[in-house]
Amino acid sequence: MDLVLPRIDWAPLAAMLPVAFGGLAALVGDLFLPAGRKRFIPALGLASLALSILVSIGLWGTVRFSVNDAVVLDRFALFSYLVFALVSILSILLSMDYLDASAPDQGEYYSLVLFSTLGMMLMAAGGDLIVIFLGLEMLSLALYTLCGFRKAELRSNEAALKYLLLGAFASSFFLYGIALIYGATGTTVLRRIVAFLADGRPPSTLLLVGTGLLLVGFGFKVASVPFHMWTPDVYEGAPTSVTAFMIAGTKAAAFAALVRVFLMALPTLQVQWSAPIWVLAVLTMTLGNLVALVQNNIKRMLAYSSIAHAGYLLVALVAGGSPGATSILFYLVAYALMNLGAFAVIIALQARGQELLSVADYAGLGFRRPVLSACMALFMFSLAGLPPTAGFMGKLFIFSAAVEGHYHELAVIGVLNSVVSVYFYLRPVVVMYMNEPAIERPLVPSSAAAIWAVALSALGTLQFGLFPGRLLDLARQSVAALGG
Amino acid sequence: MRGAGCGVRGAMTGTVPLSAYLILSAALFAIGVIGVVIRRNALIIFMAIELMLNAVNLTFVAFSKFLGSMDGQIIVFFVMAVAAAEVALGLAIIIALYRNKESVNVDDINLLKG
Repeated sequence: MDLVLPRIDWAPLAAMLPVAFGGLAALVGDLFLPAGRKRFIPALGLASLALSILVSIGLWGTVRFSVNDAVVLDRFALFSYLVFALVSILSILLSMDYLDASAPDQGEYYSLVLFSTLGMMLMAAGGDLIVIFLGLEMLSLALYTLCGFRKAELRSNEAALKYLLLGAFASSFFLYGIALIYGATGTTVLRRIVAFLADGRPPSTLLLVGTGLLLVGFGFKVASVPFHMWTPDVYEGAPTSVTAFMIAGTKAAAFAALVRVFLMALPTLQVQWSAPIWVLAVLTMTLGNLVALVQNNIKRMLAYSSIAHAGYLLVALVAGGSPGATSILFYLVAYALMNLGAFAVIIALQARGQELLSVADYAGLGFRRPVLSACMALFMFSLAGLPPTAGFMGKLFIFSAAVEGHYHELAVIGVLNSVVSVYFYLRPVVVMYMNEPAIERPLVPSSAAAIWAVALSALGTLQFGLFPGRLLDLARQSVAALGG
Repeated sequence: MRGAGCGVRGAMTGTVPLSAYLILSAALFAIGVIGVVIRRNALIIFMAIELMLNAVNLTFVAFSKFLGSMDGQIIVFFVMAVAAAEVALGLAIIIALYRNKESVNVDDINLLKG
């Protein structure tokens, strides 16, 4: 048994390299840039993400395996890269002025954002469970730090500690699951697991327990009930720009890895895993929506809403097959756009470090900031799943995938849940347009970068709501390897 | 790397069967979980999480020897590196919290409640 160094094919890693080097350059650049030139760092981050997007587009259609099958390059990975780059670009845009007021140490911030994007990419490209684990840790470790970025603020410290303790706890379950699957199949490489399971013998208990533990680990990361307890606290306590990044980024990465592991590597076990995920999906949707009804803090409300959306995505996972995976990819794009858009509006409306976090703070804004309020209304409509937005199309595809897979009850429960959710999503809109403000706030010009983020997200939300065909086509191509 | 030369059969003709390793590591993992759930000191919770990770490492090494494949032992190095990074970060966060709060008891950390 000799150790043979794997031959490294760089093509599958090509889209990750700009992000990795961008992160390092941001860290080093911070040392040498004079205090007045720090704006260069986010620009560098945006440039490296743009380069990564170009590489991903250039590689579209290639299928390659590298480093002993541990890293996979396929359309699914490339589509996920594009989603992560979008999330990361919007997050950097909405952080640019949000940070200036509060933090002088920007180099770390942007390099951590880039490193966690790199972790997401590794998760989506992981052909080996250990690579997925390493990606997950890279993503999480950077995010723990970002949550605690405001060192002097107790809420930020608290969010970081809670996230770290529960995240590390969940990671060990995830890792134990990997260990048991390794014991049952003799490998952690997804391709060889597929080959091992292909002969149709009944799965061993060890394998089933391992899969269950893996599901627990993923459950924490996507914030599904009953592993959701950390979500509202962490999302409320973290700096708003970080919450926006987390809410869209971790969910996208965790679902990309879920699809990769459960739909691509373990579809033979679908009989066994679809029942528990069915239950998780129902609980997650229902609890997320019901608790969101009574939230007054808008960040907490969006945190519970993100739990509910994890439920909708789990519905698509249960539906499985190519329609389920396609609708997951489409929904992740819609979800990222509408959530980052809503957070960009919150950040654009902040005045001198005073954020509008309670729903009542939005009273009367409809007439004082007409454009931003209209955009906020658009994002809320999209989150609620009303046409003509991307959120509506995403939900439509998810529920039709569920019906196609003969999960009619799941589709009905999902639709009922979306009806409930309309109430709390429309509340800020009603308050903006119908209520008189209690106190007059001075009008402060908004950050230009955050306005850009709002505009991009609003355009995307409308574009994919009105003309979903092209994006759906890309998503369908990306999961073509699934078959079915 | 004694197990490397032994192969599947040779590794297990010793006195300790695979199941013993698996039961030991499951027990260690369970002790870790209980520690996380019942202890209130953030540092102790952190130690319990480390115990869980090391229980998993034991599983990996036991399977690696049993299967005669080196992968499991390599994975342990990855896990150790990740665990070290997690500890460094965790202690930094706990120190940042202690500077503001003068407590590492998770029951005192209650600003954010739903």
